[in-house]
Amino acid sequence: MNSLVVAALLLLLLAASYQIGLSRSRAVAGSSTLKMHSRPNYHGMMVALWCLVPALAILLVWFFVGDDVVRTYTLSLLPPEVVNGDATQLRDALRRVEQISTGYGVVGDAQPYENAAGQSLHEFRLLTFWATVAVAAGLGIIGLLVMRARIAPRLRARNEFEAVVKVLLAICSGIAILTTVGIIASLLREALHFFSFISPMDFFFGTVWAPRFSATAGGDYGQYGLLPLLWGTIMVSTIAMLVAIPLGLMSAIYLAEYAPRKVRAFAKPAIEILAGIPSIIYGFFALVTLGPALAALGGMIGVPIRATSALTAGIAMGIMIIPFVSSLSDDIITQVPGAMRDGSLGMGATKSETIRRVVLPAALPGIVGAFLLAVSKAFGETMIVVLAAGNAPILRFNPFEATSTVTVSIVNQLTGDTNFASPQSLVAFALGLTLFAMTLCLNVIALYVVRKYREQYE
Amino acid sequence: MTVSAVSSPKSSAAASSPNRSRIQASLKRRRGAETRFRFYGIASVTIAIGFVLFLFGTILHDGVPAFWQPVVKVDVTFDPAVIKVEPKPVQQPDQSPAAFQRANLDWQRKVSLLNWNRIVENSVRAEAPDIQMTPRDIQAMISQNERYRLRNMFIENPDLLGKTVPVELLASANVDVWLKGDIDRSIASDRQQLPEAARTLADRFYEDGRIRMAFASVLFTNTDSRNAPAEAGLLGAFIGSLYMMIIVIVLAVPVGVASAIYLEEFAPKNRLTDLIEVNINNLAAVPSIVFGLLGAAVFINYFHLPLSAPLAGGLVLSLMTLPTVIIATRAALRAVPPSLRQAALGLGASRTQTVFHHVLPVTYPGILTATIIGVAQAIGETAPLLLIGMNAFVTSLPVSPLDQSTALPVQIFLWEGNENRNYFEPKTAAAIIILLTVMLALNAIAIVLRSRFERRA
Repeated sequence: MNSLVVAALLLLLLAASYQIGLSRSRAVAGSSTLKMHSRPNYHGMMVALWCLVPALAILLVWFFVGDDVVRTYTLSLLPPEVVNGDATQLRDALRRVEQISTGYGVVGDAQPYENAAGQSLHEFRLLTFWATVAVAAGLGIIGLLVMRARIAPRLRARNEFEAVVKVLLAICSGIAILTTVGIIASLLREALHFFSFISPMDFFFGTVWAPRFSATAGGDYGQYGLLPLLWGTIMVSTIAMLVAIPLGLMSAIYLAEYAPRKVRAFAKPAIEILAGIPSIIYGFFALVTLGPALAALGGMIGVPIRATSALTAGIAMGIMIIPFVSSLSDDIITQVPGAMRDGSLGMGATKSETIRRVVLPAALPGIVGAFLLAVSKAFGETMIVVLAAGNAPILRFNPFEATSTVTVSIVNQLTGDTNFASPQSLVAFALGLTLFAMTLCLNVIALYVVRKYREQYE
Repeated sequence: MTVSAVSSPKSSAAASSPNRSRIQASLKRRRGAETRFRFYGIASVTIAIGFVLFLFGTILHDGVPAFWQPVVKVDVTFDPAVIKVEPKPVQQPDQSPAAFQRANLDWQRKVSLLNWNRIVENSVRAEAPDIQMTPRDIQAMISQNERYRLRNMFIENPDLLGKTVPVELLASANVDVWLKGDIDRSIASDRQQLPEAARTLADRFYEDGRIRMAFASVLFTNTDSRNAPAEAGLLGAFIGSLYMMIIVIVLAVPVGVASAIYLEEFAPKNRLTDLIEVNINNLAAVPSIVFGLLGAAVFINYFHLPLSAPLAGGLVLSLMTLPTVIIATRAALRAVPPSLRQAALGLGASRTQTVFHHVLPVTYPGILTATIIGVAQAIGETAPLLLIGMNAFVTSLPVSPLDQSTALPVQIFLWEGNENRNYFEPKTAAAIIILLTVMLALNAIAIVLRSRFERRA
């Protein structure tokens, strides 16, 4: 209800202030002999801004410090022996008071001081809420009046408003940076926390992945060797690339160089459908159809292939990445200038010779960039391997056996557990940091290569 | 274009015979290579399209049967010998509404305590008096919650007491599996999920039409269910996904478009904007699971947003979609011809007016397409949602984005992991069909809206 009240108040202020600005501007224009610099709606918007910004600022401040204030106040209500007593007891008492104040009631009999504190807390909450709302509204109205008084023919309201818009746009583009900073900061923070339990040497160079459950007592956390997971990731990604690169690249070459226009118009979107399918569906496909089929095939040729294995996951992932490789390569191949092709054909080369000896070498940097992006996509893919790779974090080199990857372990270690105190769940962040670093390197190299190549022909 | 121009044998007298045969041999080889190369291309395209068809084919083949599920038509007798309860209270003239309400609730509680299983049992038994059946056999046939449906029927209409009405009861998941042949009928009786008597009865009912395949509307009207798998549905997951979709549209699209406008139209070319540009390109390629880790650390652990709530999920997906929207909007802005800007500026519009009044409207189709592609990608995403607890088992409908909920792809993941594989595999495929339909519908909307915008422009 409280947030609804606040939202309604803000909307009301917005509408009222804009309207006041608008009519004031018209009145000034009517009474003045000077021509107004800005149109009335800019005046209205400036008044609305002057009104809303202070109000919002107050509400934001309260949003961030409000909880601390309430907590301090609650502590002052409790008897000193509880406050200075042991931490769990204090937390308990705080929770009970909180529950009494919100009217839920508590288990067992409430102490008299608890009842009193709950009552006062309830009143305090109400008081501070309305006080905040009143201050916000008051400041908003002052802002409104000040801005209203500023409205004059010479006031450059449009320029002021446009400056504000520009700042807002800049803030929005800052959010992307903030996200990256947030990712790096949170990963680093929790990973460092993890490394206070397990030494980085054991993590990065350990060959055994065997985390114990948190319930295992005695300070034994299990072993957290990254190498089996890293190897699993590389193995699955390699298989995926072996599927995706030949098929994707050849499809791109055919569609860009050979296909009649009609075939291209049909085949290109048809292949791109594969890119739009969520990865969980590939996981289902791998688990239900592909895995058993591969196992049956293995039985036929006498090679033991498990239904959930690196091979199954790799092939499913490869299928998923085909359109990624093909559409990126297609873009790059079509960018190669036609003059180069004509030159080669004119010298008597066949079409395939032209493609292999002239077009592909010219497009090579871009294609390599596309491959690197595809590898980075394969490293980060999660659901296919969760479902189809068999979850066996063991360092072995047979792709027909079950394996596990970095992403699978992140999901296994963190799912359903948000108690970030034990290495069992914190290791997910160390794994995430590794994954982030790997994909970042690949992306940076790939983007650099692609960009450099583009400049060459433009 | 073709190699014939080069290879056309000019019968020059100077060309000696061995030279000529060598050229001819090499030409043959080169033409062979050309044909092979071309064939590889055609083969790759065919294989890739074959994968698309195969994938859709398997999923349709697995999933379509799950849209029908068996219902058993029986005559249910509301037997007074079992339903031993006083008549439903009627409001007395001197009774206050509150007292009447209390009497009514009291009566309903008594009705609930009756043995409704017995009613189900008797009505099934009456259909096939010749087969020896234990109560357990019958309970294995009829979905667990159907007795509550009978109870509610009675509470709605107490006049049913002593009457016999035809009712279609939902058969259990095991009957479904048995009748559809999703379980091997030849395996030993003691290893079958359905007891012997129930199997015989199911077959007989199916033959004489008392069991028919009805449209599985539970998929669309129910939430997940553990004790009655036949009644498990997708509504909760669907609403969870819907909330997240709304959050993504409300957050990622305006912020993404705004930052694209800033970077493309206003930002000075300097180190900082270069950094932002590189950063956005990188962000687009960060694995989705890393966004999940960000969500777990920041939204759940630091800001204490509720676990398993669409709010946290929507925020994570918004951050994930942001780069897609920014990159596509920038491309759309870049494609606007500079003459448009020059004309507006030349007539005295300010930069802001130029952008918002003239440049931006031209890019609406592009932004719209990008938005829908981004949203479609976001609602298909599973991995980050697992990390913020959206794989919880939730049977209640989420009323607000702060309630516990799951999402469509997560529900697919959960059903995929269900131990009752025979039953849940087709059901998972059905859920996948629904998810793909939603995504297809989004894309169709994008195409329609885009063509409409383009016509106007």
